[in-house]
Amino acid sequence: MKGMTIIVKTISGWVKVLIIMFGIYITLTGHLSPGGGFAGGVILASAYVLLMLAFGKEYAEENLPIPLASKLESVGALLFALVAIMGAISSGSFFVNFLQHKEAHGQALDLISAGTIPYSNLFIGIKVGASLFLVILILSSSQYYSPNRPIDGKEFK
Amino acid sequence: MAIFYILMVFVIIAAIVAVETKNLLSAVICVGAIGFGGSLMFLFLRAPDIAITQVVVEVLGLIILIRATIARDLTFISGDREFFGVVVSLVIIFVIFLAGVKVFETLPDFGTPIFAEAPDAASQTYISEGLQNTGAANIVTSVILDFRAYDTLGEATVLFTAIIGATVILRRKSRKSIEEPDE
Amino acid sequence: MLYSLCFLFFMIGLYCAVVKKNMVKIVIGIMIMEYAVNLFLIMLGYRLGGAAPIIDRSQVDLETGQIAASFLSSCVDPLPQALVLTSIVISLGSLALMISICVRTYGKYGTFDITEIRRLKG
Repeated sequence: MKGMTIIVKTISGWVKVLIIMFGIYITLTGHLSPGGGFAGGVILASAYVLLMLAFGKEYAEENLPIPLASKLESVGALLFALVAIMGAISSGSFFVNFLQHKEAHGQALDLISAGTIPYSNLFIGIKVGASLFLVILILSSSQYYSPNRPIDGKEFK
Repeated sequence: MAIFYILMVFVIIAAIVAVETKNLLSAVICVGAIGFGGSLMFLFLRAPDIAITQVVVEVLGLIILIRATIARDLTFISGDREFFGVVVSLVIIFVIFLAGVKVFETLPDFGTPIFAEAPDAASQTYISEGLQNTGAANIVTSVILDFRAYDTLGEATVLFTAIIGATVILRRKSRKSIEEPDE
Repeated sequence: MLYSLCFLFFMIGLYCAVVKKNMVKIVIGIMIMEYAVNLFLIMLGYRLGGAAPIIDRSQVDLETGQIAASFLSSCVDPLPQALVLTSIVISLGSLALMISICVRTYGKYGTFDITEIRRLKG
């Protein structure tokens, strides 16, 4: 699958920085303003989809190949489970917000506050972004797209 | 309140066009219009978190639909099933709709939150103790990542499994040819 | 009245998923049903003249952590919004899975029409 014209390639080379920055902003300030891990992860995936549509599938596969995307997704899910297990180890029950109950939590309404919530948002953002980019990359592969019998105009009524 | 009615009528008209049209590209564009209209409804219903998530999920859903179907060079859809089946389905759906309207008259009016009616409801506890117990200013984030974190763990698992399923179904077979029948 | 319009929206999706012959139209019908359910859940938690559930600096007393009473009585319900957030992301995952099944079936049988797919082996 080849890319688009030179105008689209130039503009998307500048715009991808803005999209990735916006995605990271929405992920990290999920505890202060609307957003959170899910929306931020989907925005990060859409930055990569823009690159794939503008430059062609081979360019996107060089920079984020399929094995690396699937490993990134698994690492994101494992880190999210690790946050939950750390709550069980350090104090009390499973999935407790253990950084908030110690005395070193930050002031409310700051960026570094709310215990383990920013870390959970970050790991969920990584996981969701990698998995959605993986699905769109695999749907664009050109195998299995030719049916194994000839089709003429009469078969579709 | 008038804005809710206008947006609902717009969304219903887009849904009727998406269901009845014979052109696949028009159906996909109408699904996009439904998604954006729904996101505007969420914004006016005072849910900004949900509106952001709905817009970006709608964009990626449109890309998945277009990438999988319109690139296959098949853009015209044949008609419905036979006439008798369509009439029976329509009658049954209409009866269910009438029964549903009778049920909705027993609910409280639009504008009073149903889950917060009881004085010791969970929602009032989340609002009044959210900032103190978790330190997050966004109450919805503190609900999904601290008070009800099990639901988020389950949702991450479901999304992971669905993506693994899609990856396994579309795996490329590089050694067998396509004309060989499967077992 | 708004609840009935939302239920009509759900019934349109159900009609499309039951009556149509093309596989992609069935997938579109299931997506319409998911949109209708999410919309209905958020409508249940709305308060007339309410505010979004995000705490501002002017509504909290930072030393004691006390929330202003005007915010407590005029905030919309945050619980259905938390449930719908996970539901929207799950609907995207299930859309990806359904479309991958459609693509694979098209590659094997050559058509999207479900009345022509008679041999379902494997």
